[in-house]
Amino acid sequence: MELFKKTNFDFLGHKWPFIIASLVLSVGGLLSLAVKGGPKYGIEFKGGLLMTVRFASKPDVEKIRTVLSKVLSQPPSVQTFEGASDQNEVEIEVGVDSTGRKDADAELERSKKLVIDTLAQTFGQPGNGKLDLNNATAIQLSQRIIDPLQRAGVSLSVQQVEELATAVIGFRDSHGGLITKIDDLRGVPGLTPQALTVFNQESYLAPYTAARSSESVGPKVGADLRSQAISATLLALAGMLVYIWFRFEWVYGVGAVIAVFHDTIITIGIFSIMDKEISLTVIAALLTLVGYSMNDTIVIFDRIRENLQLNKRGGLVDVINLSVNQTLSRTVMTSGLTFLAVLALFLFGGPVLHGFSLALVIGIIIGTYSSVFVASPIVLAWHDWADKRRKTAPEVPVSAPRAGAPAKGSVKAAK
Amino acid sequence: MQRNLTIKTVVIVATVLICIFGIIGLPTSVAKLQSNIAHNIHLGLDLKGGSHLVLQVQVQDAAKAEADQVIELLREETRTRNILVAGGFDRNDPETLKDTENIQVTLHGVDPAKASILRSMVTEKFPDWTLSGLNANDYKMNMKPSSVLELKRNTVTQSLQTIEKRVNELGLTEPTVQAHGDPVTQSEILVELPGEGDPAHVKEIIGATAQLKIVEVKNEGPWKTAQEALGAKGGILPLNTELREFVSAGASGGWYLISRTPVITGQDMRSAKAATDPDSPGRWETSFTLSQDGARRFERFTQANIGNRLAVVLDTQIRSVATIQSAISDSGRINGLSSDQEANDLALVLRTGALPAGIKYLQDATVGPSLGLDSIREGIFSGIAGLVAVIIVMLIYYKKAGLNAVLALLLNTILLMAALCYFGATLTLPGIAGIILTVGMAVDSNVLIFERIREEIRSGKSIIAAVDAGFGKAWWTIVDTHVTTIVSCLFLFIFGSGPVKGFAVTLVIGLLANVFTAVFVSKVIFDWELSGKTEVTELSI
Repeated sequence: MELFKKTNFDFLGHKWPFIIASLVLSVGGLLSLAVKGGPKYGIEFKGGLLMTVRFASKPDVEKIRTVLSKVLSQPPSVQTFEGASDQNEVEIEVGVDSTGRKDADAELERSKKLVIDTLAQTFGQPGNGKLDLNNATAIQLSQRIIDPLQRAGVSLSVQQVEELATAVIGFRDSHGGLITKIDDLRGVPGLTPQALTVFNQESYLAPYTAARSSESVGPKVGADLRSQAISATLLALAGMLVYIWFRFEWVYGVGAVIAVFHDTIITIGIFSIMDKEISLTVIAALLTLVGYSMNDTIVIFDRIRENLQLNKRGGLVDVINLSVNQTLSRTVMTSGLTFLAVLALFLFGGPVLHGFSLALVIGIIIGTYSSVFVASPIVLAWHDWADKRRKTAPEVPVSAPRAGAPAKGSVKAAK
Repeated sequence: MQRNLTIKTVVIVATVLICIFGIIGLPTSVAKLQSNIAHNIHLGLDLKGGSHLVLQVQVQDAAKAEADQVIELLREETRTRNILVAGGFDRNDPETLKDTENIQVTLHGVDPAKASILRSMVTEKFPDWTLSGLNANDYKMNMKPSSVLELKRNTVTQSLQTIEKRVNELGLTEPTVQAHGDPVTQSEILVELPGEGDPAHVKEIIGATAQLKIVEVKNEGPWKTAQEALGAKGGILPLNTELREFVSAGASGGWYLISRTPVITGQDMRSAKAATDPDSPGRWETSFTLSQDGARRFERFTQANIGNRLAVVLDTQIRSVATIQSAISDSGRINGLSSDQEANDLALVLRTGALPAGIKYLQDATVGPSLGLDSIREGIFSGIAGLVAVIIVMLIYYKKAGLNAVLALLLNTILLMAALCYFGATLTLPGIAGIILTVGMAVDSNVLIFERIREEIRSGKSIIAAVDAGFGKAWWTIVDTHVTTIVSCLFLFIFGSGPVKGFAVTLVIGLLANVFTAVFVSKVIFDWELSGKTEVTELSI
């Protein structure tokens, strides 16, 4: 099967609508960033406390917000967990004073305790004298049941009780961390009906679990991590520029790096417009996107270089158009397939991968077209300008980029 | 040609076998297979659940302690050399880690006639410090930069060892304690506790400074409040003494005036254990025994001070006060603790020794095991779904050659996973991002080659020549794309932090594996298909 046999689209002739689209997207994103005062950073980058709490049924977000606002020094942000398969999970985020107050870390610790206690008072029954099985650790559970089990005549050694407790907690965790009926525990190996009676006496099930995940980051660490991630990425871009310069010509390196930069800015801009957070995993996605887009650009540049060395007739415009057409089939196949894989991640990857896969879905689309409509026009524009300045003939010969590679396929490496 | 091909095939098959062995070992049953995989592939805390703590050693504390010691020693040395320091000694109070190098001891009102003796004394006795004059009578001493560096390094190393001991004594599964970032400028320590646990409790234990000392109680007091005590002393405390509160079972037992110089410190401790408190039912105590050297000193001291009082001081609080009835040699106790856990925790931190400096938590992330399990399940499901979709499209679009690409792709994934197993690398979420980009580039390499072969066939070349030319021309493109990405990974690895590093490592391994699978393996498969045939008229691509 072949979709694009001998295509001959005039890509560069139609570059303006795309460049305008790029400009609109970039400017829109930058405006959004300017209005909102920079990207919406995830907890790792700005500091603060983030907890994921899972409820047995759809929770009353407003109620959670109200009860927490009463105890915390600043109102928390409470929202349903984006991308979760059900709507039962909420993310509670509490900011931290970043004005350099000395005990920001103790403050975070206090906030965490307040959130946990308040949730217990609002949704659990801390006063009933029983252990909340949905928020207990295996150690707490084994300490709680060891005596009652003995009294009930279940003869188990200390080690066996610990194993039983671990099995029960493991069962709970493999069921999303939350069970709704103590009778559900019947499936746990080693849990006799007698022991189950003890569980019924000693424990109850609050309709939520706060142990899904929690993260607290001091404000200074956040700032450090942020600048470190940014400087590492910029240095990586510089490294790529130097390599492409060495392999092609400096303007190719500049074109490729601008294109990649353009993709990153647009993706961050779209995240800002959609009000999505830039978390550490989104940074990983941005790095992936940089790699992907760079790859895509180099494939086209490589073809341009090869065609220039073959002394194809026509100006650089024609050579670039020809090269883009020649690689069109591969561009469509590769980006289509990668897009397919990333789409699967976006649709089925769950909440943890949500921001990550979203960034890739956006990035692959932008990254593919930027190679054709951003990187190549930059190379062309510079050569046009240089030619005019030299007042040489507008037609060929266009100098072939410095030849680092053999002109015609050397097969020695492939054999 | 044929023989050459056989050798290549053997190389490929051997590589695959080694890789598969690296991932699954030699399983005898399905259960064994699962446990081998779980054992070989190290999942990061973000995938399997657990706690991740980053803490910072407050090295300035150690610098202050060092300065205090210097002051003690200065007092002694100036006395023996008859240098009058009328205004006394004093140190500044660096508050942050960055201020550590500004630690400074000041000597007020030095007799000008003794300046040269003072200079030679400092050079001789305080090689880590430099002396400079502030004016005719006052001098300052600063720590040399090289000594500050050493102090930082030692403090972090010591803290690391102490924390490691404490964490290990807790009996958790596979905890890791390691330096994080640059020890000198950042002074950070990373603690990772996989699986379920009680991070709050662990944090308390790690953070306990646990500076224990036994000191002499001056023969007055106790007073109800610090103000009252200060009033009784006319507003000024006698030299080398301090006021501390006696706290037992959470309640104040009054303020005591104690000596600053300890008789015994935590370093003289040999062992510590928890027990029930015989004096007050329902309470717990921690008893400790002293080292030989400490015991000897303690015996000498108690012998000479029968009838006087002693206080056991932990960090800033007095935990017990006792009158010396007779000479005591080798043990002591801290009683009135409210639970067995408190007593056990205290015993643990006493056994493992005091931290040389306070610590501060910078970051604390806990992924509950249930979320970890969900992430793995969803991650694996979506990964397989994506892979299947890619495989189906490849097979439809490139027919038999597509099979070739699918094989190369699977092999690439196996190679990558095996490399992670052999290196003992940890697979985290950013690592998975690296794998995704690897798969993307692996698909791309195959597509590049196939499209090139199709082009060459279209331009009228024979099948065999077209395959050779296709691989040959695509080769340099593949080199360029891969090297560019590897170059950027180098920078990410050198300058990035943890997660960014993980991404870079996975990607580099994946790309190297890809050059092997997409170019070498794929070519060998084509060669097998074409070998032995003199005239090939059709290629399924």
